[in-house]
Amino acid sequence: MVRTYLLLAWTWLRASAQYPGPLITMAIGSFAVNMLDVAAIWVIFEHTRSLAGFGLDEVMFFYGTSSMSFALSDMLFGNVDRLSQHVKAGTFDTILIRPTSAFVQIAVDRFGVHRFGRIAQATVVLAVALPRLDLSWDRAWMIPLMILCGIVIFASIFTLGGAMQFLLTDAPEVANAFTYGGNTLTQYPLSVYGGELVRGVTFVVPLAFVNWQPALFVLDRQDPFGLPYWLRFAAPVAALALAAVAMLAWRAGIRRYRSTGS
Amino acid sequence: MIEVERVGRSFTVGRRRARRTVHAVRDLSFTVEAGEFVGYLGPNGAGKSTTIKMLTGILAPTSGRVEVAGLDPTRRRTALARRIGVVFGQRTTLWWDLPLRDSFELIRHLYKVDQSVFRSRLEELTALLDLSAFMGTPVRQLSLGQRMRGDVTAALLHDPAVLVLDEPTIGLDVVSKAAMRGFLRRLNAERGTTVLLTTHDMGDIEKLCRRVMLIDHGRLAFDGTLDDLRATAPGEESIEDVVARLYTGRSTTHAGDGLDTSKD
Repeated sequence: MVRTYLLLAWTWLRASAQYPGPLITMAIGSFAVNMLDVAAIWVIFEHTRSLAGFGLDEVMFFYGTSSMSFALSDMLFGNVDRLSQHVKAGTFDTILIRPTSAFVQIAVDRFGVHRFGRIAQATVVLAVALPRLDLSWDRAWMIPLMILCGIVIFASIFTLGGAMQFLLTDAPEVANAFTYGGNTLTQYPLSVYGGELVRGVTFVVPLAFVNWQPALFVLDRQDPFGLPYWLRFAAPVAALALAAVAMLAWRAGIRRYRSTGS
Repeated sequence: MIEVERVGRSFTVGRRRARRTVHAVRDLSFTVEAGEFVGYLGPNGAGKSTTIKMLTGILAPTSGRVEVAGLDPTRRRTALARRIGVVFGQRTTLWWDLPLRDSFELIRHLYKVDQSVFRSRLEELTALLDLSAFMGTPVRQLSLGQRMRGDVTAALLHDPAVLVLDEPTIGLDVVSKAAMRGFLRRLNAERGTTVLLTTHDMGDIEKLCRRVMLIDHGRLAFDGTLDDLRATAPGEESIEDVVARLYTGRSTTHAGDGLDTSKD
């Protein structure tokens, strides 16, 4: 599967090299647009020294980890969420006649350099924020793990969104609320939101495990909502559980696929 | 090689109060033996493409049993893909921006075809289909006839036991059509590949198919040899007229049975 993904990604990259201009422009554009988010955070900290109990570097840490997970997940799997375009165009049929996973084929479809813009931005933010936090390794080991769990969580939500589109071809907007919405939500410490919402994204749609819970461990902070301490280590479990649900939904979706009229 | 037993496929269309069930295929049964060359006919919306999609694992049947090359297409879709070749006349399975050669190389990887087998197979197919002149051309720059030949090559690189073609001659000029037909006939005769094709071109049927199946309203309306088909309408001159009579016979005898056939 990984080999197939890399092979197809390389193929699409070469194909996109036929007209590099627009894609490079898109990459630079997404880098710049996302940098505006960072500017917004700076503006907030011009007026205050802390946001819901967290300082500038800590907020940048939340922003950077969420963006990194989301950017990598979007690069690798984000296209799954655009399934309905393939269904409407009838190109999903041609994907299904290949002897390899439909999920991999759709995820990698039209892979191009434009998918790297966000990653560059997240890298810059983390490269600035991390040294300033002065973390020790007995807590920092959690960071790669939380980014990985974040990738899995976002990928699962993309997949759930895609699976829904087998039934409702106009579902992308619903899914976007959870993917792009989830990304925006986790860019700030969850303490800026209300307790009900935080409980929802902890126990229902596990967005709190993208970075909030593990970050409480990394930054060695008290949970402002008083949730149990062990939740800080529960990200892998939450990510795998959500991935399992997404996989089942995807399979059920393919079985209900209706194709087009010709 | 292909077994279809009491297969049905229905679609729910419309929203809320206007919701109704359309039976694209109902109670369809037929068997195709290894080495046969079968033409699958039917008016627009009769259920041809739906059948093809169930045979290739794209659509799951609502009822009944399908087996192709010994496999259940829905459950074993990817395993089946290695044993069959599929060509859609209306859309390409090649990579739009890649040269033909690269598309084929990619297919070699996806189907895990051995390098030496692949080389000799590609050489043979490019010679037979006269492809060598545009192996380096991106697919989007190929003419329809050239692209079609590319698609057929792509479907055969892994040497499938069954080849399923959905309107392979649609839009082709007479010369390309003749070349395509000659190639398919040889493929069936020399390699023993089982071929099932849908078409609206009676020339395909006359020149290629020993057996004809005609689907109408999602049901098998005729299954027999070309001569049997002619015998159904003794007065008609051409096969085109015979088939037209079978198609129009349907609209008079079945008029008002309330079937919506908008779904192909």
